[in-house]
Amino acid sequence: MYAWHFTEMPYPNHPDPDTVPSVRVSLPNKHFDPKLGADLYNRYLDEHLLADELGLNIMLNEHHQTATCLDVAAPLSAAILARQTSKARICILGNPMSNRADPIRVAEEMAMIDCISRGRLDAGFVRGVPYEVFAANTNPTQTLERLWEGIDLCVKAWTHREGCFNFEGKFWHKRSVNIWPTPYQQPHPPVWITGSSDKENIREVARRGFTFAMFLQPYEKVREMFDAYRECAIYDDPEEVRRHIAYMPLVATGETEEEAEVYAKKVAWYLSAKTAPQFRNPPGYVPVSFNVNALKGTYSGRTDAVRTRGIEYLKEQGVLMYGTPDQVFEQVRAFYDHVGGFGQLLMMQQAGHLDHEETVKSMTLFAKEVYPRIREEFDFKLAKKGAAAQ
Amino acid sequence: MTDTKSETIEMVQIQDIGIEVERRGGGAPLVLLNDEEGLTRESPVVDELAKSFEVIIPEPPGFGASSRPGWIETMDDIAYVMLDFLDEAGIEDATVLGFSLGGWIAAEMATKNTSRISRLALVDPYGIKVGGPWDRDIQDIWFLTKEEVQALKYADPANGDIDYTVMPDEKLEVVARNRESFARFCWQPYMHNPKLKRRLHRIDVPTLVIWGAADGVVSTGYGKAFAGTIPGARFEVVEDGGHFPHLEQPAAFMDVLGGFLAEAQQAA
Repeated sequence: MYAWHFTEMPYPNHPDPDTVPSVRVSLPNKHFDPKLGADLYNRYLDEHLLADELGLNIMLNEHHQTATCLDVAAPLSAAILARQTSKARICILGNPMSNRADPIRVAEEMAMIDCISRGRLDAGFVRGVPYEVFAANTNPTQTLERLWEGIDLCVKAWTHREGCFNFEGKFWHKRSVNIWPTPYQQPHPPVWITGSSDKENIREVARRGFTFAMFLQPYEKVREMFDAYRECAIYDDPEEVRRHIAYMPLVATGETEEEAEVYAKKVAWYLSAKTAPQFRNPPGYVPVSFNVNALKGTYSGRTDAVRTRGIEYLKEQGVLMYGTPDQVFEQVRAFYDHVGGFGQLLMMQQAGHLDHEETVKSMTLFAKEVYPRIREEFDFKLAKKGAAAQ
Repeated sequence: MTDTKSETIEMVQIQDIGIEVERRGGGAPLVLLNDEEGLTRESPVVDELAKSFEVIIPEPPGFGASSRPGWIETMDDIAYVMLDFLDEAGIEDATVLGFSLGGWIAAEMATKNTSRISRLALVDPYGIKVGGPWDRDIQDIWFLTKEEVQALKYADPANGDIDYTVMPDEKLEVVARNRESFARFCWQPYMHNPKLKRRLHRIDVPTLVIWGAADGVVSTGYGKAFAGTIPGARFEVVEDGGHFPHLEQPAAFMDVLGGFLAEAQQAA
């Protein structure tokens, strides 16, 4: 099992959510102080460099128009880290392919970062969460179609070697594609895709041999979706299948229970960020059947319980893992058992007002006292010798 | 006297689309293009009209029970399909009455081919852009909260209250699917066809444009500009009505529409 450090690079110093209609999408950027922003960007990047030193991998993502995430261009952060780190794998999870204007541009950026890092890139693609359609002006009824057309075009650009190809699809028209550079890894960087409830989508991810990741969901839901992936996975070796299954909890490791609880409450801030209801469910993002339930008042996306309950509940569900190193290890093990196993542990170890000193402490405790046990207990016992460094 | 309660609903095949068509009343044909929420079809206005006309209500692709193939992407696509429907149904000398999105469709149809259309009435239609790139001509109904949109759409917001929790699932499916189709076709460019304003001069049949004075989504200024591009079009305002003036002020609405339709009956 590999562990990945992650933060959404938040700007937590925004007005109290109770005083504004929404923290995401429409909070005026007059509330952004560029001097503080500059400090935050550099601090978060320093923490990623620390992850590299500590032997953790690095995960990045991208959001727009929100104080909850200042990383508006994951390829930019990945490029910085490709140059400044030396060991860590760097996973973008993910490029919002549905909302990006040009999949070929995405293909080029990934190829460039892969070369600069000498093959340490994992390239993820996401549909983008519902509220992202407002920033990108993507038609919410078309996000899935755009995602797969974009991925197909990107993978073709990475792998086609014999000069120019053309493409006249539903969303993109290209006349003569021939990207320079190609990716460093062959045939291309490992592809990761996230999902939460669309089983047909998960099965497609499995059929293509991509890694499937879920974030911050109760373990019962995660079990269901991981089972759907395993049903259709193309790898014969179950350890190889497991290597392609990823989960992200919030993680806070403290020297004492009290310290961990302080950290846990701070990272749990992430789940409380306010998004106005019309941004959470634009029409057509979820199927008609889900919206029928919404009209009846029985559906609300990531359950409200997860959003509003305390850290004990979040811990029970596997959404938040916190405590002393021993306790964190036990929670990882319990979650592993609950969901039928997984191979990649993505960890949101920084969120909200968890400051630099606290983040460094939590990361370091995890890396030194939890990770070695995880590596030993959940090591990949791959049938094929010499299977990837990952 | 015609039994206004008698109605038929059938599916009519147009290319690879199943179009749901309801007919009520009897007499000269009045093709009614429903609003995107499906409210007009359920309103007393239809029964009122069915006393003097055969009201024919074809639901556009993606709305009501009409199917929605992937190739249908714009109002332009839909207008051609609805013209195909007029051909298929053999409708002649139709009065076409369109509400909101239905009004946009009616206008698109009339710019292309009026051979089966004798007169046109549009009620608070969407469909054109009036201002410049930085202007918000049409309020962004997907960006605002449900309460804000309701306040813009209705002169008295309470008139827009709908209790979905008491509706059967089949009806809720139509509601959810209508919303999805509306977004699919109208997301970008937002709620308009950049080409339509340049084509409205082609409408060569008598046209009435009716507007609710309190319409906060598309203002009376927008409505006047819309009517102003259609040769000879009349523009009439219904006081104390919003985006659906026929729902909030049915009597005043029928007064305004009445004169126009009387001409239609005389001509028939």
